[in-house]
Amino acid sequence: MKTDRMETMQSGLSVDVPAIEVEGVSFRYPTTEGRERIWTLDHLSFHVDAGEILGVVGPNGSGKSSLLKVLSGYLPAGEGDVRLGGLSLGTRSQADIARLVAVVPQEYAQVFPFTVAETVLMGRFPHRTARWWSMGIGDETAKDLACAHQSMIDTDVLSLADRLVSDLSGGERQRVMIARALAQAPKILLLDEPTAFLDINHQIEICSLIAQLRAERRLTVVLVSHDLNVASQYCDRVLMLKEGRLCRIGSPDETIRPDVLHMIYGCEVVVDAHPQTGRPRVTMPMNIVRN
Amino acid sequence: MTDLASSWANAGAVLTVHRWMAVIGGLLLASVAILVLCLQFGATSVDVKTVATAIMHMLRADQEGAATLGTSEIIMVQIRFPRVLMGFFVGAGLAAVGVTLQALLRNPLADPYVLGVSSGSALGVSLAILFGIGSTFMLLPILPLFGFAGGLLALLLIYRLAQSKSRLPIHSLLLAGVILNAILTAFIMFITSILEPNRSAGLMAWLMGSLTAPNYPALGMFLLYVLCVLVMLMHKAQSLNMLTLGEETARSLGVETEGIKKWLFVLTALLTGAIVSVSGMIGFVGMVVPHAVRSVIGSDHRLLLPASALVGGMFLAVADTIARTIMAPAEIPVGIVTALTGGPFFLYLLLWRKDRMV
Repeated sequence: MKTDRMETMQSGLSVDVPAIEVEGVSFRYPTTEGRERIWTLDHLSFHVDAGEILGVVGPNGSGKSSLLKVLSGYLPAGEGDVRLGGLSLGTRSQADIARLVAVVPQEYAQVFPFTVAETVLMGRFPHRTARWWSMGIGDETAKDLACAHQSMIDTDVLSLADRLVSDLSGGERQRVMIARALAQAPKILLLDEPTAFLDINHQIEICSLIAQLRAERRLTVVLVSHDLNVASQYCDRVLMLKEGRLCRIGSPDETIRPDVLHMIYGCEVVVDAHPQTGRPRVTMPMNIVRN
Repeated sequence: MTDLASSWANAGAVLTVHRWMAVIGGLLLASVAILVLCLQFGATSVDVKTVATAIMHMLRADQEGAATLGTSEIIMVQIRFPRVLMGFFVGAGLAAVGVTLQALLRNPLADPYVLGVSSGSALGVSLAILFGIGSTFMLLPILPLFGFAGGLLALLLIYRLAQSKSRLPIHSLLLAGVILNAILTAFIMFITSILEPNRSAGLMAWLMGSLTAPNYPALGMFLLYVLCVLVMLMHKAQSLNMLTLGEETARSLGVETEGIKKWLFVLTALLTGAIVSVSGMIGFVGMVVPHAVRSVIGSDHRLLLPASALVGGMFLAVADTIARTIMAPAEIPVGIVTALTGGPFFLYLLLWRKDRMV
């Protein structure tokens, strides 16, 4: 019965139903004393189609990370409803959600010496059937190992399999975390600032990996980034948040525009066309010295 | 298993049933050897043959044979054997508590003694003794229950502190533990100061961390209790692995973090409470042992937890043997031995970590 349910979960995302539907979702953190309760997320409504890459941008504190946590079910929506593949988050168990959605968090500091292979295999946890007498020893099936293996190939970390995660560079560690997420065999991948603190070579690496995965695995991706150019170059649509409210959602051409960016960030930027893709490209204006 | 996958799966990169069996089997053999070795030393040393005959007598529960036993066999059966076994299980429990706390707090220096959890349990037990509750039947659940309550309260307080700013830096958490320890110890000192002198002397000796020879029913009950909690912890070993990734990631992997955390708190407090009520405050075993074991066999808690328990048992059995023999015929509290070996190691880790992790 359990496997039946698992299979319906795995085939649960059809092309007709949007992968993610967000309807009137609001969220606020529990009050801290003496402070006004403000909505971290204020009545958001949007949807993400299956196989789409949606970029989420906005100033610091605009609720980008909180939105991702609501989508993964880590934070409960105070109002409104989040539906994944047509089914409300509230009706799914934590394990059900884990078989559908994988999260790559912003920072990952492992203080214990786990190997890369061990870390990637943890992604198989939601697919395991626990046998109480084995106490988890040897629970990994051939399918688990094969799945972890493929994820490590796709993210090019197979050669690091026996290395300790704590010994890796930032870019390598980020790829391991994506491999761990892929081992979950999700339909939806949520990434929080996947290119933050990475050098340009690693940024390119991670971004092309995400584009490639979407193409190969038909993943639905929601990507939070403070880097407007990452959002413009790699996302099908961009969602702009300001103070928890949805300001604009649409193609990069509709959203990455000087007037829109001025409204959201309150500053002037230069937007021109990317020489290769023609997509909007954001740069800082010439330095204006004020008297 | 596909051929490709087996290339890394069997190369020690992940835990296999085979490796688990080999490590645990080896450690079990080593534990038996260490226990036999420890039985030989004491105020009077006994050779291996006497140890063997005494154990044989015990196994057969030979009533007629008991009359023919010599003094050394009686020492063996009545005192040394139960004490060494008790020491082994106390050490095993402390190491298991250490491993669990370290994963829960994502802090490799966590230890029930350093964080004040042991003090919490000790305060609970001291209060029970002060009010004369259950002071005569050491191992019936009264004292462990007080120890459990005290330990759980201290643990929840420390956890609240650790969570208050998303994740408390390692050093701040240790500092909080030290302060909590000082406060709880002050309460315990207050209790010892108002007890009549002969009772307070006993309480002091117990507080310093000392093992005594329990009677067999009490020993059996303690061993069963520790074993049960260890098995229950083992069932959550996979979840401990996920929790080291951080709570949000653990949740996204399908771990019901809130429930699991509560259950782990209860289990660690249950274990600490029982251990403290029989042996007082024995420090650093919970930190030193898991740290050493982790550096050799890796972090997978399915192996780390039972391996640390076995090594912790061996460590404390040896430490107690030193405590029994170094000043023979006088004994020093085993807590002093573990503090003198574990304390410097702890400081070394703290200094060494400074330029690596923090």
